[in-house]
Amino acid sequence: MTLLPLAPDVLLGVALLFTAWRALYTQALFPAVVFFVAFGMLLALAWMRLQAPDVALAEAAIGAGLTGALLMAAVARLRGRDEDRP
Amino acid sequence: MKAFASAALALLLAGLAAVLAWTVTRPVTPGRDVPALIAGALDVSGVSHPVTAVLLNFRGYDTLLELVVLLIALAGVRCLAPLPPPRGSAPVGGVLRELASLLLPVLVLVAVYLLWAGATRPGGAFQGGALLAAAGILALLAGRDRFLWRLEHRLWPLACLGVAVFLAVAAGTLAAGGVLLGLPSAHAGTLILVIEGFALLSIAVTLVALFLGTGELEDRDP
Repeated sequence: MTLLPLAPDVLLGVALLFTAWRALYTQALFPAVVFFVAFGMLLALAWMRLQAPDVALAEAAIGAGLTGALLMAAVARLRGRDEDRP
Repeated sequence: MKAFASAALALLLAGLAAVLAWTVTRPVTPGRDVPALIAGALDVSGVSHPVTAVLLNFRGYDTLLELVVLLIALAGVRCLAPLPPPRGSAPVGGVLRELASLLLPVLVLVAVYLLWAGATRPGGAFQGGALLAAAGILALLAGRDRFLWRLEHRLWPLACLGVAVFLAVAAGTLAAGGVLLGLPSAHAGTLILVIEGFALLSIAVTLVALFLGTGELEDRDP
């Protein structure tokens, strides 16, 4: 029973490692960006669990939100370039 | 040649590992109790949230340099050759347009609230600026991009405003006989709010411009 409070944290850690792995090793770029954004949101949750709400807020807004948007824009541009090739 | 490079890399990594191992095994010397120091000096910082007190007052120099880094990043991106804009953008749907008109005022309000809340609880200019930038990007995606025309003409003044105000405050504190960025405790709260307010604007503008990438501000049809 003493392990029960630990379970959500372990689940969070495993999910973090899984999303990080998928973000790095997914071949298609768009799903990789989606995994990156999911990783950022989970990391924000992890910061909350570590009682660092300031870092969590910054991670959610900048790490997951804006970096995700920047990466999406980059993917859209790369796609446009690939279509240029014969 | 390749084997030589690999061997050099391996040697470098082994050296790094050795230094790390040596650092870890060293006994930790008891330093000063920083949280207690901050808590003790909180009364003169002008804010009641320790993180904001460190970021904007005790270590204001670091935050100033962070803003400069953001500016340099924007300059670097704008120096690159313009890419063709993404093609095949579908016409904006009604749902996105309506959702944006609902969400935009809320996002702007929450961004300003985060700035204001930074004095007493988690929040601050970077988080608020990121949220304001998200509002700008949402407006762009929903086709409400008439504000771009204004942004195009005032990009650099707006992006530099945060650093300029921060530097002006720094020069003011220096001229007033204090140390650089040593905010006088009587006006520290107001000064921090002013610095953060302009920093919020500059951060938001810079992030939206980074999202647009290279040269698209000029390329876009009016």
